[in-house]
Amino acid sequence: MIEFKLVNKWYGAYHALVDVSETVAKGEVVVVCGPSGSGKSTLIRTLNRLEPIQSGRILIDGRDIHGRDVKLNGLRAQIGFVFQQFNLFPHLTALQNCTLAPIELGRARPAEARAKAMALLERVGLAQKANAYPSELSGGQQQRVAIARALAQEPRLMLFDEPTSALDPEMVGEVLLVMRDLARDGMTMMCVTHEMGFARDVADRVLFMDHGKVLERATPAEFFSRAQHPRARQFLSDIRTPFANVAAAA
Amino acid sequence: MLELFDTYWLYFLVGQYPKGPLGGLTLTLLLAALALVLALPFGLLLGIARVSPYRALRWPVTALVFVVRGTPLLMVVFWAYFFLPTLTGKKTDQFGTMLIALVVFDGAYLAEIVRAGILGLGKGQMEAARSVGLGYAQAMRRVVLPQALRHMLPSLVNQFVSTIKETSLGYIIGLTEVSFIASQINVQVFTKPAEVYLVLGLTYFILCFGLSRFAFWLEARSQQRARPANQRVAA
Repeated sequence: MIEFKLVNKWYGAYHALVDVSETVAKGEVVVVCGPSGSGKSTLIRTLNRLEPIQSGRILIDGRDIHGRDVKLNGLRAQIGFVFQQFNLFPHLTALQNCTLAPIELGRARPAEARAKAMALLERVGLAQKANAYPSELSGGQQQRVAIARALAQEPRLMLFDEPTSALDPEMVGEVLLVMRDLARDGMTMMCVTHEMGFARDVADRVLFMDHGKVLERATPAEFFSRAQHPRARQFLSDIRTPFANVAAAA
Repeated sequence: MLELFDTYWLYFLVGQYPKGPLGGLTLTLLLAALALVLALPFGLLLGIARVSPYRALRWPVTALVFVVRGTPLLMVVFWAYFFLPTLTGKKTDQFGTMLIALVVFDGAYLAEIVRAGILGLGKGQMEAARSVGLGYAQAMRRVVLPQALRHMLPSLVNQFVSTIKETSLGYIIGLTEVSFIASQINVQVFTKPAEVYLVLGLTYFILCFGLSRFAFWLEARSQQRARPANQRVAA
């Protein structure tokens, strides 16, 4: 469904993505992990063109999405994107957050859009918060509304950019649960996350990135038990025993 | 003092109207109101152009903003009064001159307020709005501007209050607004400058204070209606 072909991206002189070539099949759940600054967020942001690329091609269902003939808004409407900072619209209620785009883009009549949004809020367990403003919701609830908002687009693909990194620990579970259910329903997903438990239980495949390169691609079982690349092994040991290298450095 | 009021109150309020042209406080109010009503949409458009991704829109507006910011309003008034007619070939009346000068001047300042409001929102809101498939204009209209305008309200009011006071510069080109009328009264009475200008000062104060309070009330109401997010996490 998704094909990256020798994708390169620079921020000025900084080479953020280096010859990335990957494919993601329909219905597949891919977790992208790696140290910060490794290019993993940049990679998924190129998929809905929040980031331009300088060379290479990205195909979704065979169409080059950075091509000139692509209708940008139409492309984005088919891709759900969940941000680390939620980015809910604070001046709109949870329900209005979910209905804004479908109504504004003329994809659904208001009553229809509201009914669908209610069903989605129900699905993420927040039907009772439909009329609440984002500032009245906890971080976990806000992120679940953000997922519902993305689903209201009826996306073919969902992208998650560190969806639980800004959350208090006790709220991480509720968001991951929603994501797991989504994966089980067959949604194609690319998730940038440090939640290795999620990667192990839900992902079909793990990509490990560092310095803009994909260094390792493996099933979760393979990745966690016998990662090939030394950098990946280092990363795994760092997140398993966070104090080890700090103590070594001290 | 009471005698002063007794003799001149009507002159102070409306100038020579109905025997002559409308003037005084009414003219000041009319000028200020028109300037506000026209400068706001003008400033909004300029501000949006100022953050536009298109250079062709951004650059001329940026130039205008820098020119206006680098010159006193009095200069702009002189230009409008002496220079504009040489371009159009028609003499502009004092009211029109003042109105044009105020709208251009305040429009440029408002543009900067609008720009700051939009940039202050952070790029997350625009990105989220674009990600759900909204176009740039739709995202501006439905997501960015409603929030940005609410944040801008105090600065906007500040500028509006300035506009009211700036109408007094009409004096210099002989517009019979309230400052001009007050000076006329002062010349006629001759012995009571302190009283005359005290009344004039109080008049401006009441107008400006009233507008500030109105805006304060508006702000409180809009906060009640939709609480702004406390979810701005440092990125």
